[in-house]
Amino acid sequence: MRRTAPLLLAVLALLAAGCEKKTRQPAVGEEQKGGAEQPVVREAPGEEDTLLLGEVGSLTGAQATFGVSTRNGIELALEEANAAGGVKGKKLAVRVYDDQGKPEEAAQAVTRLITQDKVLLILGEVASSNSIAMAEKAQPAGVPMITPSSTNVEVTQKGDYIFRVCFTDPFQGYVMAKFAADHLKVKKVAILQDNKSAYSMGLSDVFTEKFQGMGGRITTRESYSQGDTDFRAQLTAIKKTRPEAVYVPGYYSDVGVIARQARELGLMVPLLGGDGWDSEKLFELGGSAIQGSYFSNHYSPDSPEPRVRQFIDRYKKAYGGVPDSMGALGYDAARVAIAALERAESLTGPAIRDAIAQTKDFPGVAGTITLDENRNAVKPAVVLQVEEGKTRFVTTVNP
Amino acid sequence: MDDAVVVTPGKVPGIPAPLRGLFPLLVALPVLFGLQWALSDAPFATYLLSVMGVNVILAVSLNIVNGMTGQFSIGHAGFMAVGAYVSGVLSLALKEVAISGLPVVLSDQLFFVAALLTGGVAAAVCGFLVGLPSLRLRGDYLAIVTLGFGEIIRVVVQNTEVFGRALGLSGTPQTSSVAMVGFWVFVVVLVSRRIAGSSHGRSLWAIREDEVAAEAMGVDTTGYKVRAFVVSSFFAGVAGALFAHFVPIINPNSFTFVKSMEIVVMVVLGGLGSTSGAILAAVFLTLLPEGMRSAFTAMSEEGSSLAQQVDQIRMPVYGVLLVVLMLSRPQGLFGTRELWDVLPRWMARRRKGQS
Repeated sequence: MRRTAPLLLAVLALLAAGCEKKTRQPAVGEEQKGGAEQPVVREAPGEEDTLLLGEVGSLTGAQATFGVSTRNGIELALEEANAAGGVKGKKLAVRVYDDQGKPEEAAQAVTRLITQDKVLLILGEVASSNSIAMAEKAQPAGVPMITPSSTNVEVTQKGDYIFRVCFTDPFQGYVMAKFAADHLKVKKVAILQDNKSAYSMGLSDVFTEKFQGMGGRITTRESYSQGDTDFRAQLTAIKKTRPEAVYVPGYYSDVGVIARQARELGLMVPLLGGDGWDSEKLFELGGSAIQGSYFSNHYSPDSPEPRVRQFIDRYKKAYGGVPDSMGALGYDAARVAIAALERAESLTGPAIRDAIAQTKDFPGVAGTITLDENRNAVKPAVVLQVEEGKTRFVTTVNP
Repeated sequence: MDDAVVVTPGKVPGIPAPLRGLFPLLVALPVLFGLQWALSDAPFATYLLSVMGVNVILAVSLNIVNGMTGQFSIGHAGFMAVGAYVSGVLSLALKEVAISGLPVVLSDQLFFVAALLTGGVAAAVCGFLVGLPSLRLRGDYLAIVTLGFGEIIRVVVQNTEVFGRALGLSGTPQTSSVAMVGFWVFVVVLVSRRIAGSSHGRSLWAIREDEVAAEAMGVDTTGYKVRAFVVSSFFAGVAGALFAHFVPIINPNSFTFVKSMEIVVMVVLGGLGSTSGAILAAVFLTLLPEGMRSAFTAMSEEGSSLAQQVDQIRMPVYGVLLVVLMLSRPQGLFGTRELWDVLPRWMARRRKGQS
């Protein structure tokens, strides 16, 4: 009797393991039938009445709000397209996999999307490391991939199937440097960067270079690690150098706390930041301390443009709350993809890729999108000021 | 000596003693190459099997320390990171180099093996440095030191340009294969089983049961503990090195404390001290999330919100399953026994053999 329990569990575990492989192998075999030339195989989904897209996002983990917003945006775009009759007479569907914010999970999910689900096109990832992991898998398989919001330059360098609909880190650093020099007219800026994030380091590198090029001076460059709760040592060091503004290109979760502690220490200068600030949570975490600070962003929720107003209304109705820029970029990415599918001569990888590459003056909610020869979007950025519980549009900076 | 005979599978009549050691290898290699050939066109199965293999190596190697020796190490992901980054950087440096006179594929594989061994040795050296001072002590000190070590490695990587900082190291040649991962799984299992059956292993068991008594019986406790720890870190390093050669980008986020805990969970779930338990638990826990993905996609209609929400609740479900398993079997699946011990048929045979 004592032995039956472990035995049963062992058998169950084996069963689970065994089943897994069996259900998988036939699907794999199917792909082999079509041969290595994936474009030929990819015609197969066309015979069905739905076109399947894939998305990988961090629905759980540290940056879950980004992943969820992106998914919401994509879902909204698909719903609209389906309501308008779909693409080429077929309905669209998206299959979403969670990667827990880890690159190996992202690679696994994207491999699954490509080989098991045979998606036509992949949308995904906010974090650049995860997008790179996905791109390395999508490129050799010949499946086009559009990242809504990975700003690191390296992502689209992985190959000609990889696109993005947002601007890149260097541009964002440049935007803030230009804004600080021309609009705020400050000369001395201190930097507080997040050592744990490539995004933050990239932004502060470019900011330093551009701002110094515009005649400004970086008084000091301090670092913290994402998830720290005490920034007083760095802020005290920054305060000593008497800057006129502090550039904090981190994520909203840390920035709120940094702002509070800066004000406690009597550091009253405005904080400057990037699109990592963009979350409803920022107002909650930063309270009154964050008010009056500026950050560069992809889009402004109070833009008067009708297409932006319409998008915000629909998003609010479906998910409650104003969409952040990840939601807007997810929406844009999905719409660029849908438009490309519509234009593509056939539903093969190369045809879809060529169609995406032709995207020009596409009216996205986060700015007009034109893809350049490096498959990056050329588009303006906006600078927003934080007010009580909302942001205010300040200016647009063009590339 | 008697016990050693029981666990050594090489009791084949007519084969000279020195060749018996090679016997498992002769069985393993054709199987691995067959598997490799069968999976050559299945990237997803290959990827999943590789992840599974790496997890098995990690769990089995951690079992040598946590299970057999009874020391509590919770920094295995740190050693994995050492192996991954050292071998990744080495492979990246040797990317454009090939040994003259050899086909490129072969020289790539040779470099890959070299990178694996370097990664393993680097991790073993770290294991020695970490283990030597902390294993002299008793109790929970090793846990704290290994926890700290894991965090230090991560912070070092994040701040070092060569290791790609926070973005991670990408562009490492993807030379890993199912056969190579499988081969190392085979090696780690073989080593673990041989250690368990040897006099060395007996000393480890003695330390696990009662350190004072073991010392009184003349067991050099520190020496044995450090050696077990170094072997364990070596294989963690190899696992990390393999990982770096099939995951397109390695990033500090992959080697967090959570990863260490995942491996501890595998060992505890399988039963502390049971090699086959660790293997089964690693296989089961790697396939479980993917299996749930399959099940949920199959159950829900395409495009329905269930399919979309479900991926988010995979991890909580995983947690609940673990809690249930631990409540129903606190000693793990097999306790300290092995798979063949709990299978009744084998049980009967063993009794007959011993009496």
